[in-house]
Amino acid sequence: MLDFVQQLVSGVALGCVYGLIALGFVLVYKATEVVNFAQGDLMMLGGFFAFTFIGMMGLNYWIGFAGAVAAMALFGMLAERVVVRPILGYPQFSIIMATIGLGYFLRSIAGMIWGTDDLKIETPFSQGVLRIGSLVLAYDKLSVIAATMILCTLLYLFFNKTTLGTAMRASSENMLAAYYMGIPVKRVVSIVWAISAAVATCAGVLLAPITFIHSNVGLVLGLKAFPAAVLGGFGSIPGAVVGGVLIGVIESMAGFYLPEGWKDVAPYIVLLTVLVLKPEGLFGLHVRKKV
Amino acid sequence: MRFLFKTDYEDDIKLFPHSGYVVTYGVLLALLLIAPYVLSSYLMSQLVFVCIYATVGVALLILTGFTGQASLGHAAFLAIGAYTAAYLQKYNVPFPVYFLAAGLLTGIIGAMVGFPALRLTGIYLVIATISFALIVEEILARWESVTNGNEGMRVKALSLLGVAVPRDSPTFYFLCLAVLVLTIVGTLNLLRSPTGRAFVAIRDSETAARSMGVNVALYKVKSFAISAAITGLAGVLFAHKLSFISPEMFTLQLSIEFIIVILIGGTFSLHGAVLGAIFIVMIDPFLTYLKDDMPGIIAGIAATFGAGSATAGNIQSKVAAFASLNGLKGAIYGIIIVLFVLFEPLGLYGRWLKIKLFFQLFPLYKRATFKRQKIYVKSERNR
Repeated sequence: MLDFVQQLVSGVALGCVYGLIALGFVLVYKATEVVNFAQGDLMMLGGFFAFTFIGMMGLNYWIGFAGAVAAMALFGMLAERVVVRPILGYPQFSIIMATIGLGYFLRSIAGMIWGTDDLKIETPFSQGVLRIGSLVLAYDKLSVIAATMILCTLLYLFFNKTTLGTAMRASSENMLAAYYMGIPVKRVVSIVWAISAAVATCAGVLLAPITFIHSNVGLVLGLKAFPAAVLGGFGSIPGAVVGGVLIGVIESMAGFYLPEGWKDVAPYIVLLTVLVLKPEGLFGLHVRKKV
Repeated sequence: MRFLFKTDYEDDIKLFPHSGYVVTYGVLLALLLIAPYVLSSYLMSQLVFVCIYATVGVALLILTGFTGQASLGHAAFLAIGAYTAAYLQKYNVPFPVYFLAAGLLTGIIGAMVGFPALRLTGIYLVIATISFALIVEEILARWESVTNGNEGMRVKALSLLGVAVPRDSPTFYFLCLAVLVLTIVGTLNLLRSPTGRAFVAIRDSETAARSMGVNVALYKVKSFAISAAITGLAGVLFAHKLSFISPEMFTLQLSIEFIIVILIGGTFSLHGAVLGAIFIVMIDPFLTYLKDDMPGIIAGIAATFGAGSATAGNIQSKVAAFASLNGLKGAIYGIIIVLFVLFEPLGLYGRWLKIKLFFQLFPLYKRATFKRQKIYVKSERNR
């Protein structure tokens, strides 16, 4: 039983990271109908930025964290301006390919600048555990869970309660109509990319004590975040986190109870099952096709 | 300028619309046939890879280019073909039998992937095919009794009618070329048949195709099966060419390379698959060439522009250090993909068509002829 709870908690922590990356997918998808295949790589880059600020320049953890988030938000805007804006309105597949290309580029550049070693950031949560009875919970995992909950709530409120959030939802439904209604669609898209890059950075920094930072971390985790986003129904903010947690728990349970090899495949088997049985996901909207 | 007068449908679907085509393709085929006796063995080896990649490119074009179903899982089909060949070869099954068996098995698996894919479109389909490829990769690594796990499998030289055909012999090249040419001709025939027309109709509008009486589900599964089967056949040749296969050769990276093949070549014509394959296969030797010769050339240029020998030497070593940086290839790949998507969405073949049209219409060429229309209104979620 104790093993089970232990696995559950580490699964939830891992799942929250998937959820955070999936949140980035969902944000961009919600606002622009674009799926950003470079989301994991934005996370990786955010981690490296934080490493530069905290590990190399010796700044305070929180200042470095904020600096990395701000820098990545700017970088997200830049990436949107250069790669995505010229092809908005073209078939989705071109945009997918463009973001795949962007991912390739970021991975190699990061490898060139920061090398190929695993890097580590000293965080206030790196050491120390919380003991409840005989249950041992590491602070770094708890910090991921807490941060995910906070970010998810904030983003949910932002999308559903603020004017800007409403503008984003409007421009995702119909860009042209939103533009006629006076919504500055280009700026909205730009802001969405900034937010999603910032969320990715949070994921990268929180993850640093658990998986370390290296140039391929984004690819590996980004691919795991797809099942999370699909399970939650692409386009739903709480769905992304719930999907992420489910995938994380499934993965860590499969690693513990099933023979070797199932751990890596389980998320994708779940994903395919969901796609076949309920393609709109747990929280997705089901809309009839129109001509 | 040549004007083609078509008086009936048969004229419209001719494989060679006019005699110019016969001459051009005849010359090309003749050049390809004498290639093994002219080119160096390294270039021949690259040419074999071009043939294999182009075959996969044609397969992917049938599915992605003409039926509109994106797939990022073709490395898995290639792997299934390659492993079928390697496994059957262990039991002394003759080449023609396991060649066809690999195609058949991959085709069946392709159809099985096609069924769940019926309900999926766009991004969901891409994600589903990625997951399929990742699962296949894991199975290859774990099913040790058949695939030998991560240690990989050796593939013996193929034997045709009792004669061994080494992987670097001209005969092997001719075999690959024959498979490519047959695939292309077969695909051209397929595309001008009712099946091919149905594929294109599904790509252009699924709802419209359905209302015209096209059985969308049937044709999507067919498209998946045909595409997978051709990829499986290419997989057999791939296994023989490499003479050793292991699961880490068939990763997502390879699937992405196949997509790059058709993206760079052009997704609207079979020419694209061949041009893209040449591009992808030749980029490696080209980068090596740059790495070896570029520093010297740049230093030479710097010297002619009046830089001292010390500065030139300094520049040379700096450029050399940059060119041998780890991961430069990935960065160049990324930049190439992004640039093609942004500036040449019709690919290399599209560029060729533009140049051709420019000279045909010489003073009257208009840029807007090839301009794509942007659609902002449609939300794919409600489509």
